[in-house]
Parts: sequence; structure tokens; C-alpha cells
Amino acid sequence: MDSITRRRFLVASGVTGAAALAAGATAFGLRDILATAGDRDPGAGTLVLITLYGGNDGLNTVVPYGDPAYAAARPGMTYEPEALLKLDDGFALNPGLRGLHQLYHDGRMAVVRGVGYPKPNRSHFQSMDIWQSAQPGRPGTTGWLGRWLDTAGGDPRLAVSFEPVLPPLLAGATSAGATVPGGVLSLPGGVDPAVVARLGTAASGEPPAQARAAACFADLMRIQDLMKQIREGAAEDDTDEGEPPATATGGAAPPLDQQLALVARSIEAGAATRVYSVSMGGFDLHADGKDAQQSQLAKLDEPLAAFTRRMAGQGVVVAVYSEFGRRVHANASDGTDHGTASDVLLLGDGVQGGLHGEPPSLTDLDDGDLKYTVDFRDVYATLLTGVLGADPRRVLDGWTGHLPGVLG
Amino acid sequence: MSHLLRRLTFGPTAAEVDAATRAGFDATLASLLRPAAAVTAVDLGADPVAKLATGATREQRQEARKQQRDQVATAVRWWLGRLADGGAAEKLTFFWHGHWATSVRKVRSAQLMLGQQATLRRYGAGDTGPLVRAMLRDPALIIWLDGQKNTRKAPNENLAREVMELFTLGLGAYSEADVKAAARVLTGWQVDRATGAARLAAKRHDDRPVTLLGRTGTFDLDSYADALVRNPAHVPFLAGRLWSRYASDTVPVPSSVAAAGRNTTALIAAMCRAPEFPVTAGTLVKQPVEWLVGATRQLGLRIGALETAQQQRLVGALRALGQVPLSPPSVGGWPAGTAWLTTSSAMARLKAGQQLAALAPAAVERLTGADRVEALASLLVVDAWTDRTRAALSGVKDPRRLLALGLASPEYAVH
Repeated sequence: MDSITRRRFLVASGVTGAAALAAGATAFGLRDILATAGDRDPGAGTLVLITLYGGNDGLNTVVPYGDPAYAAARPGMTYEPEALLKLDDGFALNPGLRGLHQLYHDGRMAVVRGVGYPKPNRSHFQSMDIWQSAQPGRPGTTGWLGRWLDTAGGDPRLAVSFEPVLPPLLAGATSAGATVPGGVLSLPGGVDPAVVARLGTAASGEPPAQARAAACFADLMRIQDLMKQIREGAAEDDTDEGEPPATATGGAAPPLDQQLALVARSIEAGAATRVYSVSMGGFDLHADGKDAQQSQLAKLDEPLAAFTRRMAGQGVVVAVYSEFGRRVHANASDGTDHGTASDVLLLGDGVQGGLHGEPPSLTDLDDGDLKYTVDFRDVYATLLTGVLGADPRRVLDGWTGHLPGVLG
Repeated sequence: MSHLLRRLTFGPTAAEVDAATRAGFDATLASLLRPAAAVTAVDLGADPVAKLATGATREQRQEARKQQRDQVATAVRWWLGRLADGGAAEKLTFFWHGHWATSVRKVRSAQLMLGQQATLRRYGAGDTGPLVRAMLRDPALIIWLDGQKNTRKAPNENLAREVMELFTLGLGAYSEADVKAAARVLTGWQVDRATGAARLAAKRHDDRPVTLLGRTGTFDLDSYADALVRNPAHVPFLAGRLWSRYASDTVPVPSSVAAAGRNTTALIAAMCRAPEFPVTAGTLVKQPVEWLVGATRQLGLRIGALETAQQQRLVGALRALGQVPLSPPSVGGWPAGTAWLTTSSAMARLKAGQQLAALAPAAVERLTGADRVEALASLLVVDAWTDRTRAALSGVKDPRRLLALGLASPEYAVH
């Protein structure tokens, strides 16, 4: 299960539900996104949501090194205090998070501790479904940002993902966000574009799956010339590390730096998009977790810190979350099993840096797991009000909770 | 009849459809479900890494790893050929591989992967009881889901959880307490890499009584397996999984399927006889392996007779399409349905279609007449082209390009 993108899992297990997803969602080109420039209120904020698939170990991300119970619970998996990047006398960041550590000291990063939801679910699929739907009791088929999109008029370009498959969180009841797949797509030699375009036209009465197969050819033609733009965009950002990895199951996200480069480019062009969803997989570390997690976090740190700095002053807030944390106690494989509450990181303009939320006790546990202290809907509500200027109650089934003093 | 053959086998040829039509539905189904002859897997020799002496140098290790990767590639090529030649029985093995999804990228032993495959072949068509018993002690599965280090002192829940969630019961049929209890039952089962065998290390095993799925007592691996397959959630769960891969991922599984009980052959027979089965025609998206292996059969290509480099290019095409046998993306298996239909997969089908057409001059030869678009439909056992596709294809004169486009067409992407 190491280095496996849990994103694919959601697709595999049919967790995604909204009609928009069943129809394969709508693929847009970067041009369609950039074309919305000028349509937005200059004062409007932008939310960039980063999903870490696999269940990131929160206790080794924001480390409670000052608590003796931490070292006691995880022999062989803890960090020596001097290896850590200190936040205060009790907490420190993982050594892989140097860029974020600097942002924290610049007052641009907030750490919200103990974020979770009632009756924690330890299945990756179910828990990710809960986080993406924001419905812990009984996750429905819509995502919280999809419901926001429903209330914001439903133009798919307001909520964009650069993953090849639309994440469930962007699926609303009546609308869905847009996917703008990255990567290189050029027709093989000997294939006549006119024939491909013709294969992409709709035929009456064909089964939905076959219609979707045909629509792929239409999308393909639409994004053909746009791919060139995207590649140029990536090169400008100096993040071009050669060919992106071949898309695997149609669910493999491009590397995080590439996704964030596309977001930065769209924001700088003044696109109307208010929400961007990006993701990174590979956090499910049941065995030999410590080094692997540090290396994963380093892959998050560098592009995220660069992005946050580049976006300064443009009203951008980044939120980073995962479907659950890990158990307090290590397992015998020097890894950790699926847990519960964890940290949410908030970065960017208007974020009140520092440590927020009550840290969960490491000894007063719920069946071996941390007890959450902050309901995840409080974080969502704060982002909806503070970044998107929306009424959280309409999006979060009447939820009225709020996280004070984090965004201002 | 073409529907039955498309779903139960890989890419039936027009001749096979004709023969089945003459034989009738019952005789065809009976013949498809007849027990398969024993399969002799490719002989890979020993695992070079397992043979390494403890003091092996870095270079020796690297060399052994390289040999190991070569063995995996050999096993994948061999299995592709076997999938094409093995009829309904081997398609069932492929189903089980996607169900008990285990990846060689972590197991890192072609021998253990083929060993698991042999278990799926031996028990896959019968009662699921013996299958689950055998899979719980399957070395590849134990390594894949960290059972290797699951001990009395610190149980690792990965295997216990996925066995219930993904392999036998489905979400909602068990509690978190059941996961913890099952992990304890499985403690101590580990794989000896040198011999490739799984055994119970008594010292690491927690044999204290547990409460598991409503019964309190001492469980061993077999009694845990039996509790799973006797659980009321098991047969409906499995019926749903079979139905979603063989019949439809949108139409719900009819209750008549689960009524067949926990014998997989009986479940498949009930599925094919369900009144809902015929109406699912054309609604399933072909998985890339189904698409490619089916195409080779219809084009008259024998994968096993191709040169190694040609076989390797077919594996490359599968990689571009997102489905390499023995390497599922996660324990949840491969995606289904429209997840396979992306712009990048459309592109990959165009390329792979060209590749296949170049390997099959005899099939190309059949597409030179004035009726070439109809001949293409007959070759690929496509019931009918839409007006759209007919218009797109009829402008293409070059028979090789025509074949490549037919393979990439929307009509051929579903079955």
C-alpha cells in the first residue's frame, strides 16, 4: 500500500456518486479558465485546497515533542528534539517541512490541531468521503465545495481541479467543478484530426458509456492546442522536470509542483476561479513510515512554500488536510495504522499565523486514538466565510460553528 | 449470444459467436463454465533475491534485483498469452486478481505472484470457503498487506481490515472491534522469503480468545475464514462485485444472483441467466486488458507466438492505458466504468490501435474491399456502428489505419 494514490481508490470503489461524476464530468482547457479573466471582483479571495491521500500521520507532521507520552508511544519512530523544526516549547514541525517552518515564523501559517469529526471512520474511502462531503453522519453524493458551487451560480470554471478525474469534493447537486487535465497529449502520427473530431460527435440513442467514450475524442481535440500553453506555463515557472509521468488509471494526478504551477498561472492571469483542488498521494505508511513520511512531506513542502510566497498579496488561502491521522502507538512494522484527528494547515493572505485549536491528549485516548478537539466543519465554515464570502449554513447543512481568530 | 461471450471471455471472434449461436444459450453457458484443465505456469527458476547469501555485496544485490524485475516482466508476458488462450476460466482468474488486488511492486517476487494466481485458479471457480482459507495464508497477500510483521505485541490491522472491507464482506458488515480482533487472529502469520512459504510463528501469535463477528472464542485462520464466508453479508457482497465486473456497474445486482449461494460458478451462471443480464449489453466500459487481449484474439494474433519485444510493446500499451497485470494501483483494484474514459486513454487507444494493426497483416487484408467498414464490424464483433462512426470510418481508405481507428472507436471501447 506504500506510495499509492488513494485518489484512484475512490474511483475504484465507486465512492463518487454525483450524476456529474457518472457522466465523467466536464473537461475544460486552460484557455477556458483564462478566458474568465476580468470577470471577478478584485477583492474576492481564492481558496486552494490540498488533499493528502492515504492518511498523513499528523503526530509526526506537527510533533508534540514536549509531551513525554509522544516518545513513549512510538519507540523508534520519534524524532530527537534537535532534529525537529521548533514552533514553540511543546510543538515542532517535521524536518521535511523547512519551507513551511519559515512561513510559520513569518506569521503566514496557522496550524489547527486536533481536527476531526464525531464517530471517526478508519476506512480510507469512507473517511475521505466524509471529509469531502462534510457529512460525517451519512456522507451523501455531493462535496462541500460542489455545494458551494451550486450556491455560487454553478459555472464549472469557478471550481477547478488539475487532476484528470474530478475529485468528489467538487461535485455539487446541480453543478460540478471543471477538470483541466495536465500532461502531454498529442495525436500519434498517421491519425487524421478531422477523423478524430468526427468520432467525437454525439450519436443519438447510444449507451451512456459509449457516448462518454465519444466525448473523450471531442475533449481531446479541444485540449490539443491548449496542452502547448500548459507546457509553456510550466516551463516559465521553472518547475519543468521533463516529461510528467504517464497517467496511470486516469486518476493519477500530475506532481504537486505542476498542479500548483497551473494554479499560480491561472490566478496571476486573473481567472474567475475561486476554488482550486490539488492533491498528492502516498501517505498510507503502515510500515517503515518515518523516513518515507519525511520524504513525502518534503515533496509537499518545497512547492507549497514557493507557491505561498509567489501568491502573497493576491488574496489566496491554502488549506492542507488528509482523511485521517494515524494511531498514537506505532505498530510492529515501524509504521502506524489508520487513526483519527489530525492537523489542518492554513497558509496565505489573512491567515493569523500560529498554533490554533486545543492539542488532543496523547494519553486520554478514544480506543487508542486521539480525541478530536475541533470539528472539521468549523474549519470549512471559516474558509467559506473568510475566503469565499459565503454563508456556511447553506453549504454545511445548517452548521453554525466557526474557528475564531484564524482568518481575519 | 455475442453479449454472453464478450462478458465471459476475452474478445470472442465472429466464428466463436457463430458456433455459440448454433449450440444455443444453455449449451454455450455450460461449456463456458466447464472446469478448466490444469495450467502449467511459465518456469521462472528460483527467486534470485531470496537466494542471496547474507553477506552479498551491493553489486550482487543489484544484479539479483534486476533478474527479479526480468522475471516479473516474463511472468506478465506469459500471463497475457494465457489470458488470451484460457477462455472463461482465465477471465475468472483475472477477475479474482482484480478482487484480491495484490501488486508485485511491493511483493517483489514473480514466483509469489504466480503462486497466488495458482491459488485463484485452483479455488476460484468453487465454494468461496476454501478460497478464503487459502488466500489468508497466501504469501503474496501477507506481504502486500503487512501481515508479515503483524505480531502479538503490536498488531498491524491492514490485512484484517482489507479482508473484510474489500475481499469478503464490504463496509458496514463489521465493526472496528472486529478489525482489531481479526488482526489478533492473524498475528504471527509470516512469510519466509527464502522458501516463499507462509507459516505461523507461535511466539508472535496471539491465541487469546476474541469476540469476532458476534462469536467469542479462540479463532484460528480457518475458523476466521469460515466466519467470513458464513456471514450473511458475504454472498450478497460477492454477487455485487461479480455483477459489477461482468454485467453492469450501474444496474443493481438482481437478488436472484446471491440466491445461488457461495459457489462462484453458480453465481456466474445465475448472473448470466438473470433477466436483467441481456439489457446490460453495451453498458460496461472495457478494462484495458479486456480491450487489448480481446483485440489480439479477434485479429488472429497469438500473443504467445509474438517476439519478446513485440509482447513487451503490448505491455507498454497496457501501461499507457493504466492497467498492467500483476500491478493493480491499490488493494482496491482497478477502477471501473467511465473512470477509464479520459482524454489520455482515448489517445492511448489510438496509439495502441496502430500498434495492433501493424502486427496483424492478415486481418488488415480483410479490410480492402468496398464493404470494408462492415467487414471491420464483423472482425471486431461490433453489433453496429453509429452513423457518426460509420461516417468517420468510411472516409479512411488505408485498411491499416481503418483497423486502428476501429479499435479506438467508442463502439469498441464498451461491451
